[in-house]
Amino acid sequence: MLAKKNKEFFELMETIGSIRPLLAILASALVIPLIILSRGSPNLRELWTMVGAVLKFMIVFSMLPMVLAGTQIECTLAQVLPGFALQLRVDALGMLFALVSSFLWIITSLYSIGYMRGLQEHDQTRYYSFFALSLSATVGVAFSANLLTLYLFYELLTLSTYPLVTHHQDQEARSSGRKYLFFILGTSIGMILPAMLFIAHKTGTLDFTSQGIVAGRISGQATSFLVLLFVFGFAKAAVMPFHAWLPAAMVAPTPVSALLHAVAVVKVGVFSVARMITGIFGTGWLDDLGLSTLICGLAALTIIVSSLIALSADGLKRRLAFSTIGQLSYIILGVALLSKSGMVGGLLHIGMHAFGKITLFFCAGAIFVATGVTNVSQMVGIGKRMPLTMSAFFIGALSVIGLPPCGGFISKWHLVLGTVEAGQFLMLGILLVSSLLNAAYFLPIVYRAFFCSPSESMFEGPMAEAPTWCLLPPLLTALLSMVLFFYPQPFLRLARLGVQAITGG
Amino acid sequence: MGGMTEHLPAIIVAVPLLAALIVTVVWWFNDRLCFPLSVAAGLVVCGASANLFQKVLTQGVIEYRLGGWPPPVGIVFRVDHLNGLILVVVTLVAFLNLVASRRSAEKEFRDKVGAFYALFLLFITGLFGILITGDAFNLFVLLEIASLTGYALIGIGSGRASLSGLNYLLMGTIGASLYLFGVGILYVLTGSLNMVDIAGILPNLWPSSAIVLAFLLCMGGLFVKMALFPLHAWLPNAYTHAPSVVSSLVAPLTTKVMIYAMMRVALTVFTFDFAFNQIAVRGPILWLAILAIVGGSLMALSQRRLKKMLAYIVVAEVGYMVGGFWLGNKAGMSGAVLHIINDAVMTLCVFLAAAAITIRTGDDRLSSLRGMFKRMPLTMAVMVLGGLSLIGVPPTCGFFSKWYLISGGIEAGHLGFVMALIISSLVNVVLFFRCFEIGYFEPFMRGGEPHSAPVEPGYGAPTVQEAPVEMLFALLTTALLLLLLGLFSGQIVTRVIHQALPAVLG
Repeated sequence: MLAKKNKEFFELMETIGSIRPLLAILASALVIPLIILSRGSPNLRELWTMVGAVLKFMIVFSMLPMVLAGTQIECTLAQVLPGFALQLRVDALGMLFALVSSFLWIITSLYSIGYMRGLQEHDQTRYYSFFALSLSATVGVAFSANLLTLYLFYELLTLSTYPLVTHHQDQEARSSGRKYLFFILGTSIGMILPAMLFIAHKTGTLDFTSQGIVAGRISGQATSFLVLLFVFGFAKAAVMPFHAWLPAAMVAPTPVSALLHAVAVVKVGVFSVARMITGIFGTGWLDDLGLSTLICGLAALTIIVSSLIALSADGLKRRLAFSTIGQLSYIILGVALLSKSGMVGGLLHIGMHAFGKITLFFCAGAIFVATGVTNVSQMVGIGKRMPLTMSAFFIGALSVIGLPPCGGFISKWHLVLGTVEAGQFLMLGILLVSSLLNAAYFLPIVYRAFFCSPSESMFEGPMAEAPTWCLLPPLLTALLSMVLFFYPQPFLRLARLGVQAITGG
Repeated sequence: MGGMTEHLPAIIVAVPLLAALIVTVVWWFNDRLCFPLSVAAGLVVCGASANLFQKVLTQGVIEYRLGGWPPPVGIVFRVDHLNGLILVVVTLVAFLNLVASRRSAEKEFRDKVGAFYALFLLFITGLFGILITGDAFNLFVLLEIASLTGYALIGIGSGRASLSGLNYLLMGTIGASLYLFGVGILYVLTGSLNMVDIAGILPNLWPSSAIVLAFLLCMGGLFVKMALFPLHAWLPNAYTHAPSVVSSLVAPLTTKVMIYAMMRVALTVFTFDFAFNQIAVRGPILWLAILAIVGGSLMALSQRRLKKMLAYIVVAEVGYMVGGFWLGNKAGMSGAVLHIINDAVMTLCVFLAAAAITIRTGDDRLSSLRGMFKRMPLTMAVMVLGGLSLIGVPPTCGFFSKWYLISGGIEAGHLGFVMALIISSLVNVVLFFRCFEIGYFEPFMRGGEPHSAPVEPGYGAPTVQEAPVEMLFALLTTALLLLLLGLFSGQIVTRVIHQALPAVLG
C-alpha cells in the first residue's frame, strides 16, 4: 500500500538535467587559483573568497524554487565504473543542507577576516584556499546522487579540512591532526569502503532511492552489521565511541570550528547517515527488521554521555564540541525514529542547530580575540565587557537547548512529536533529560557573565567588544536563529518534502 | 604511409635499439646530444604505441612476423587489447622519466651520461619486447636484455649500488633460468616455441606431470623477477641504492611488465582452463599474494628512507596484482590489469617526487623532508596526489583498481584478500601522512638550526626551490594522468580490459 502510494508520488516527481549542481560545487573551488594569485594583497584575496561564497549561495538558491516545486535536478559527471557513475542530484534533503552550509559560509568568511587579522595568523592564503575547497566538498556531499559520489566528496572534505585543523602547525595541532585522520580517514577506509563494496556487489547499484536498495537483497543479519558499519564508519557524525576527534579538532582556528565542526563537516556525517537510512537501507526495511531501536539506542547513549561530559568541561570550545556531539545524535535519532515528525525534526535540526551553534562558536572566538580567555571559569562578569557578544551567546544557547523564541524549538518540537508517533517513550524521556542537561551546561555561563558580585567579577570597566567583523556575524546569526522560530521556511518545507519523498503522501 | 603502420610493432622495438647505438656513437663527439636524441626516440615510440593501440581497438589482434617468416619457425610479435593497453602506458612512463632525468643524469653521471642514455634505451627496448612478443623463448631473451641493462643501470650509482646491482643480477639470473627450464620442457613436449602454437598442442597432452612442472618453473621464475614475497629480498636494496632517475625508471616498469608476462604465460601459453581448473595452484598463490601485501606494507613502516619505504610499497603492490589475477574472476582480473597501468603511473609519480627531493636535499632520509611543503610546494602537491592514489582515495586512479580488486575478493568469497587490501590501504595512510607530517610540521633545518621562527623577514623561511623544470613537467603530467586514468577508468575497463580477458569469464 505504502509502496504503491509512493510510486504514484514519484511518478509525479519530475527530473530535469542541468549543470547547475556542478557549478554550485565548483564555485568555491574555482576561486582558489584567484585566492592564491592575489596572496600579496589580503583585501583582494578576501574579496575572492566573498565572491566565491556569494556566487555559490546564489547558484544553490537559484535551484530552490524548482526543488520546492517537487523537481529533482540531475547531472551525470562520469561513468567511472560499469554501472556506477559519478552523479549529482538535487532533492529536498540535499537542498536543505546545501542551503544552510553555503549561506553560513558567507557569514563565516566575514568572521574569518575579523578573526584571522585580529590575531595576525600566519599562512592565511592557505587557510582561505582550503576553506573554499572544504565548501566544495560539503555541497558535493549534499548533492550526491549515489553512495560512490558521496564517498568521493566525503574523502575530499576530510583531506581539505586537515590543513585547517592543523593550521597552527605546532605539536598539539600535529597530534590532533593524527587523531582526526585516524578516526575519520581510518573509518572511511576501514569500514565504509568495504561496506559500500559489499552492497555494490549484492545489489549492483549504489543509487539513493526513496525505498532503499538493500531490501530483500541482503539478509537481515548482514543488514544489521552494515547499519553498524555506517553509523560508526561515518565518524564525522561523532557517534560515541567514534567522537574523540571532534574535541581534539578544536585546536583549529575558531572560524574553522564554527563552520566546519558545528556545521559542514559534522553535518556531512549525520547527513550521510541519514542518506544511508533513507536512501540505501530504506525506512521500510529497517522498520521490518526492528533496527530503528538499535540506531536510536546508540544515538541516545551518545546524547546523554556527551551532555554529561559537557557539564564538566571548562574549555568553552571543548564544552561546545561535546554539546555538538550530543546535538548530532539528535539528528540521527530523529531520522532513525522512522516516524514522520521524527524525521522532519531530525532533518530540520540540521539547519536549526547550525544557526544556534555557529553563533556560540562565533562568540567563543570573539571572546578569545578580545580578551584571550578560553575557559568558562575565567568568564565570570564578562557580560559587562562584552554585552553584545554575550547576548548573542544567550540566544544561541536558547536555540541549542530548544527554547522559544528560537529556531531550535521548532526542530525539538518535531523530534518530541516523533517519539510519541513512534511510541518510543524512552526516547522521549531522553530528549527531555538531555534538554535539561543542555540548559545546565549553557545557562550558568550566561548567568555568571551578567550577574555576579563586583568582587567575583574578573572583568572591569568600559565595554570593549571584539573587532567589528568578529562581532557582527554572531549578532546576525543570533538574530536569524530567532527569525527561524517565527518563520522556519524554507527549511521546514524542505524537510517535509524530503520526508514526503520517503514515506509517500 | 600505409606501409609504415604495418611495421609499427617492429618500430617499437627497433627505434630505441637503434637510438641506443646512435647515442653511444654520438656520445664520443658531443655528449649534449644524448638527451635530445633519446627523447626523440621516446617520443617516436610513444606515438607508435598509441597508433598501434588505436589499430588494435578497431581491427582486433595484430600479428607481425619479423622478417616475414611464419610461425612456429619465425619470431612473431602479437599485440592484443591486453598488451596494447599496457604498452601505451609503459612507453609513456618511460618517456616521462626520460624527460625528467636530464638534470639528475648530468649531476649524477657526469662523464657517463652517454652510457646512461644508451642503457636506458636498451632497457626499455627489452621491456617493450617482452610486452609484444608472441614467442616463449624470445621472451626469455628479452627478459635477459632488460635484466642485464637493469643491473648496469643500478650499478652505475655510487656507494652500495654495485653490491645491490650484483644481488639483483644473481636473483634475476636465477629467475630467468627457472623460466628457461620451463620453456625447455615445453619445447620438448610440443616442439614449438610460439605461444599460440604451444597453447594449441598442450591440451592434447593433459594430464601430464611434465606440463605441471613446466608451469611451476615458468611461474616460479617470473615470481622471482617480479619480487613476489618472499622472493622479494633483492628489490628494496636495488631500488634504494640505485641513482634516483634509475629507481624512477626501474620501479614503475619492471615489476609491472613481469606481472604482464605472468598473465601472458598463464593465459596464452597454458590457457585459463589449465591454470585455474586443471591444477590447484590458485589457493597457495593467493596466500602468497596476501603475505606480499601485508608483509610489504608492514616492512615499509619500519623504513627511515623515502626510497626504501616506496620500494616496500612496490612489494605490496605486486601482491595486489598477483592476487587479483589469481582470484580468477572477471572483477579480480580486471582489477589486476587496471592496476598494472595505474600502479605504473602512481609509482612513477612517487619515485619522481622522491628523485626531485633528492636533487634538492642531497639524500632521501625521511627527516630531510622537513619544511618541504614550503620549499617545494608543487613537488609535494604532486606527491600528496600520488600518495592518495596509493592509499586509494577517489577520484585518483588507485581507488578504482582497488575497487575491482576488492570486488573480485568479495565475489570469490576470499575474505583474507579483502582484509589484506584494506589493511594495506590503512598502512599506506600511515606511511604517507608520516611523510607529510614531517614536511608540514617540522621546520626546515639548515646547519642543524631550525628556521621556523623568522628573526627578520626573508631570512628564516626557506625560499622556494622547486624541482628542475623538466622534472616538474614530468611530475605535473603524471599527476594529471592519475586523475585522467581515474575518471576514464570506466571506459578503459569496459572498452579495453574486458576484451582482453579470457572469454570464459563472460
